[in-house]
Amino acid sequence: MTARIWLFLAVAGSLPAQVSFDRILNANREPQNWLTYSGTTLSQRHSLLTQITPENVKNLELQWVLQSRSLEKYEATSIVADGILYTVQAPNDVMALDAATGRVYWTYSYTPEKDARPCCGRINRGVAILGDTLFMGTIDAHLVAIDARNGKLIWNTQVARAGSGYALTHAPLVIKDKVIVGTAGGEFGIRGFIAAYDAKTGKELWRFHNIPEPGEPGHETWAGDSWKTGGGSVWVTGSYDPDLNLTYWGIGNPGPDWNGDNRKGDNLYTDSVVALDADTGKLKWHFQFSPHDEFDYDSVQIPVLVDMEWQGRTRKVMLWANRNGYFYVLDRSDGRFLLGKPFVKVTWATGLDEAGRPMKAPTAATTADGVLIYPGNQGGTNWYNSSYSPRTGLFYIPSWVEYNTVYFKIPAEYNEGRNFGGGVLRPNVGQRRPTMNRLEENEGYGAVRAVDPKTGQMKWEFKMSDVTDAGVLTTASDVLFTGGREGYFFAIDARNGQLLWKATVGGQVQSGPMTYSVNGRQYVAVAAGNSLFSFALRQ
Amino acid sequence: MRAFPFVIFFLAAGTLPAQHGYTLADIEAGGRLYRMTCSVCHGPDGDFIPGIDFGHGRFRRATDDESIESIIIKGIPNTGMPSNDVTEQQAEQIVAYLRSLPAAGKAMTSGGNAARGKAVFEGKGGCRNCHRVKGVGSRMAPDLTDIGVLRRVAELEQSIVDPDAEILPENRFVKVVTKDGTEVTGRLLNIDTLTLQMMDSQEKLRFFEKANLREYSLVKKSPMPSFKGRLTAEELADLVSYLVSLKGI
Repeated sequence: MTARIWLFLAVAGSLPAQVSFDRILNANREPQNWLTYSGTTLSQRHSLLTQITPENVKNLELQWVLQSRSLEKYEATSIVADGILYTVQAPNDVMALDAATGRVYWTYSYTPEKDARPCCGRINRGVAILGDTLFMGTIDAHLVAIDARNGKLIWNTQVARAGSGYALTHAPLVIKDKVIVGTAGGEFGIRGFIAAYDAKTGKELWRFHNIPEPGEPGHETWAGDSWKTGGGSVWVTGSYDPDLNLTYWGIGNPGPDWNGDNRKGDNLYTDSVVALDADTGKLKWHFQFSPHDEFDYDSVQIPVLVDMEWQGRTRKVMLWANRNGYFYVLDRSDGRFLLGKPFVKVTWATGLDEAGRPMKAPTAATTADGVLIYPGNQGGTNWYNSSYSPRTGLFYIPSWVEYNTVYFKIPAEYNEGRNFGGGVLRPNVGQRRPTMNRLEENEGYGAVRAVDPKTGQMKWEFKMSDVTDAGVLTTASDVLFTGGREGYFFAIDARNGQLLWKATVGGQVQSGPMTYSVNGRQYVAVAAGNSLFSFALRQ
Repeated sequence: MRAFPFVIFFLAAGTLPAQHGYTLADIEAGGRLYRMTCSVCHGPDGDFIPGIDFGHGRFRRATDDESIESIIIKGIPNTGMPSNDVTEQQAEQIVAYLRSLPAAGKAMTSGGNAARGKAVFEGKGGCRNCHRVKGVGSRMAPDLTDIGVLRRVAELEQSIVDPDAEILPENRFVKVVTKDGTEVTGRLLNIDTLTLQMMDSQEKLRFFEKANLREYSLVKKSPMPSFKGRLTAEELADLVSYLVSLKGI
C-alpha cells in the first residue's frame, strides 16, 4: 500500500486510530467517544455532548437493539472508540459493533472454567481499551487481552483461583501501560487484592493486599487468623488522578459478611477506599467508611473525582455515596474527611465524628434473633454509578429510600469456595418482591437524589415506584439519563428533576447509560433486560 | 381461635414425591449446609427466587431427588445457579432438609373431609363468588386452583378466619379516583412510576396513567369477609382439607 493511500485513509478517518493512554486521559477532548468505563478516569459520568437537550429530548427514538444470547443480567457499560462500540454479552463474550447501526463486526467467546462461582450472577460490567487491545476480566478470575480489530485472543492471565471463589466482574482500568483489576468473591471468604498487569504481556507488575498480612500496616485490625478469609473484594472500576498519580478503589465487605464474632477489630481495608500509587501499588492513604461491618456495606462504589471550590479555595475532592447510607466528601490528596451526611434513612449509626468515623448505634450488630437495620442489605445505593455535573454542581445518587433488612446471625464455617456469609436476611423490600410491583411508598422506593456536595443537602428527588439498579449519566446540556427495575429509560432535567422523556425498554435497567457520537449525531445507549438499546434524535 | 386436630400427612402431600428415607441427622446437617451454601440467594425459607419456594415444595426444574442433587452439585448453566463444591452425600443432606420444609407445615392437614369441604366451598361458603377453581368462579380474588401447593394449612386457616392478617402483595386491591371524580376499585395487577393496572369489579383489565388520577391508594383491608363464626369448626376443617387438595390442573 502506498504512502498516498495510507494518507488518504488517515484523512478519511476510515481506519480507527489507536487509543493511546493520552487519549484516555483527555477523553473530554473527544466527547464523541467513551474511552473508559466511567467516561473519563475521573469517573464523573458526565458527557460534554450537547446535541440532545431538555427541549428536544422528546424526539429521541430507538436506532438499534442488540439482543444478547444470554439470559444473564446485562450490567456492562459499553465503550466507544472511533465509531466502534465494544460491549460484553454475559458472561464473557466481547462484541464489537458499528456504533451507528448496531451491526456486529465480531464476537470473541470466552469459556470460563466450570468451577467459576461468582456469587451473584454470571455477569460482567465491561471492557477497557489501550492501543488496539481490549481487556476483560472473567468470572473464573482470568484477565484476557483481545485484538480490538479482529477479536482474537492476545494473552490470558490467571489472576486468582476460581475454585476458591475468586472472580473478575468489573471493567479493568488502564493507567499508562498497565491494566488494573481487583478480585470479587467477598461471599466466599477470599482474601481480595488489586493488581496491575503489563498491557503488552499480561505479566503481574504489582499487587495490593486488600487484607493486610502479618507485618503489613492494618494487619492488627484482624483478630487471630481471620485475615486469611477476610473478604475485601473489588467489583467496580476505580478512578485515577493523573496529577497525583493516584488510583482510587472501593473495597467490599469483610468475611464472613454478617457475623463479626471471629474477626474482632476494624477489619481494614474492607468497606474502605484506598489510594494507591499507580506505578507501584503502594498505599498512599485509606479511609474506612464502615469499620467492623456486619451489614454487607461494601464500599464498592466508583470514586468520583472533582476539583471544586471548598471553603474558599479549589480543592481536589472525592465524592462518594456509600452503600452504608452516608454521602461523603474527602480530600483525595490525603484522604481527609471533609463532609458526611446521610442521603437515606440510617439507623446503624447515630452520626459521624470529626474524622468521619461512624458512631455506631447500640443495636448495630447482627444477632441470632434478628436486628432491623436501615439501610438494608442492598444499601442506600450500591455498585451502579452516581454522576456529577460541573454545570449544576450537583451529585446524582441512585438511591433506595426507606429500605431495611432484618439481619440474623448464624455460625460461619470456612470451606474453600463455599459461601461464608454467617447470616440470613429477611428483606422488607428489594429481594423478596412480587414479580410485578405492587408496593406502597412506605415499603421503600427507588429514586435519583440530587445532592449539593458542599452541604450534603438534597436539592431534588426523582421518585420511582420500585427500587433501582440503574446508573446515572449527565450531559453538558443538563439532561440526566437513568432507568430502573420497572423497565423505563428516563430522561430527566438535571437542574430540577422533572421528567422530560421516557421509553419502555421491556426489562430492568441494571447498568449505567453512556453517550457517544458518530458523524455528528449523538446517541445514548443503555442496557436493559438482556439487550442493549441505542437512541438518537429523529432526523 | 380453636385449634385444629392436626395429623401428620407425611410427604405424599408434597408437590414432588420424596424418594428417600431421611434421618433427622441428615435434615439437620442439610440445614447447616443450606444456610451456608444456599440461603444467600434462596432465602431462609427458600422463597427468594421467583417461581421457586422450597418451603412449599415448589421447584422450577427438578423432577425428583436425584435431579435436585445434580443441580446442587453442577448448577444450571447460564443462570444464577452456580455449581457447588459439595459431595453427593452433602447434596443428599441438603435435599433431605428441603424435603423437610413442607413436611413441617403444609403437609399437615386439618383432618377434615375434602369432599365435604368442596360442598362448603361451592355452597354455604359462597367462595366462588370471588374465587375461581379450575375455570369456575370469579376472577376477582386469587385463583385457588393450585392453592394446596402454595399455602400451608395454618396459612389457609388464617386466611379464612382472619383475612386481614396477611395480604400478599399480589392480592392487594387499589382504589383510584380519576380527575372527573370517578372511583374505581379493583385488584392491583401492577403499579410503576407512571402507570397503574388493575382488574375492576367487572373483571375488566384497566390501565391508568397516574398523571390522570386525582388520587390512588391501596385498600388496607382485605375485601374478603372473615368466616369466623360463620362456619362450624367441622366445616372449616373440611374446607381447609379441600383447599389443601387443590394441586393444580
